[in-house]
Amino acid sequence: MNTLRLHLILCAGFATTFGSMRAQVAVQVEPVNLHGPRTLTDQAKGAVIRDYLRAWQGFNAAMDQNRPELLEADFVGTAKDKLGDTVQQQGKLGIHTRYQDRSHDIQFLFYSPDGLSLELTDTVHYDVQVLEHDKVITTKRESARYLVVLTPAEVRWRVRIFQSQPE
Amino acid sequence: MRLRSPILHTTLAFCAMHLAVAQSPSISVPKTVEAGSAFSVQSTGSGKATLYIIGPEQVLKRDVQLGETTYFPAGSLYNAGRYLAVLAGESATQNDSFDVVPASKPVNISFFAKPSRLPIGLHDGITGVVYLFDAYHNLIQTPTPVSFELSTPSGALQKRLVVTHEGAAWTSMDSTAQQGVDKFVARIGEVSSTRIIGQVPGDPCGLKMNAKPSGQKVQLVTDPVRDCSGNAIPDGTIVTFTEIYNGTQSTIDEPLKHGIAEATLQVHSGARLSVASGVVMGNQIGWSQ
Repeated sequence: MNTLRLHLILCAGFATTFGSMRAQVAVQVEPVNLHGPRTLTDQAKGAVIRDYLRAWQGFNAAMDQNRPELLEADFVGTAKDKLGDTVQQQGKLGIHTRYQDRSHDIQFLFYSPDGLSLELTDTVHYDVQVLEHDKVITTKRESARYLVVLTPAEVRWRVRIFQSQPE
Repeated sequence: MRLRSPILHTTLAFCAMHLAVAQSPSISVPKTVEAGSAFSVQSTGSGKATLYIIGPEQVLKRDVQLGETTYFPAGSLYNAGRYLAVLAGESATQNDSFDVVPASKPVNISFFAKPSRLPIGLHDGITGVVYLFDAYHNLIQTPTPVSFELSTPSGALQKRLVVTHEGAAWTSMDSTAQQGVDKFVARIGEVSSTRIIGQVPGDPCGLKMNAKPSGQKVQLVTDPVRDCSGNAIPDGTIVTFTEIYNGTQSTIDEPLKHGIAEATLQVHSGARLSVASGVVMGNQIGWSQ
């Protein structure tokens, strides 16, 4: 079972579903090995992955368009506050950033006993492009390991902690 | 001109290359910076440039003189994450990545305790989850021991020591045999967070009534209603008295008042009387006059 990995390739059709043009994003989900007593059903796992990847789209759009309201649907609490502050800082400095996630490698870590929080790590490969008044300043291919905590809202999971760390 | 032109070109090319080398910026950043700490970025080259520190969590921009060190005082960069330092000069741009890591000292605890109210005597009935944060609300990933304590008014104490894993720790506790208000505390060093857990009595236990004539009727009165640990069942809890006679059943519901329930029924001789509360059955009495 340890060698089993769920491979998902989300293509242009996926992008159409969520209403924006997106390059191909490869998503790999590691076998679930939770630190905690609560099990994660396949249905819940699918919903978390779907909502988390949607959050990346909201994040990308907010950073590119400098519109903090684009974070509202997918982020909450600390993550929303911090990302929203960054968007506002970018606006003041006259810059914007394009984050294009190319691949995700997701590992579920912890599902709280009360079902009110779920923690995962995601090793993300992405391109970041920095622009000042639409002039490209730099482009870099990056990777980072994100530590993410999601909490359930009315109809979806929302990202509450969104923090990268050294790999 | 044919002779002089190549020399001129060579000279110009050399000068341009020399100028480019002299002005070409390079950048040196620390690999990691603790959140909120002072740090510096070293550049080489000459001329003016703009230094950007770019991350999803924070953005900074400084005008810099190439060849000098740019200092960022404590508190400048405080959100943990991966950052891109970009040095944009007049002729070229350099970039490098670095990480801002959470401070190691926990300052904030997010403590979720569930449920806030539960019956006594439930094994692992209470759960507590903790996420640890530094002063800037960065999740601290370093394994850190967390002490969980559940104390009752009588002084009974359950204690667990759990080490965080990727910033989170959890535990479960038993609700105790005594009703009342418990304090559930999560503590890391001098930082603590407290939640209140209400323990309410369990189901009635050993429910018993007595019957005595009251004129033409019968008065039914329960003994004080308690759970199996001796905690008084709250007033208002419904107790049902039932008479079964000749295949016919009649019932009357009464709330507990001062710990007991009572009812007066028109009872037939030969009837069977019973008492119950919820799904808990009490004793039965055969009535004859």
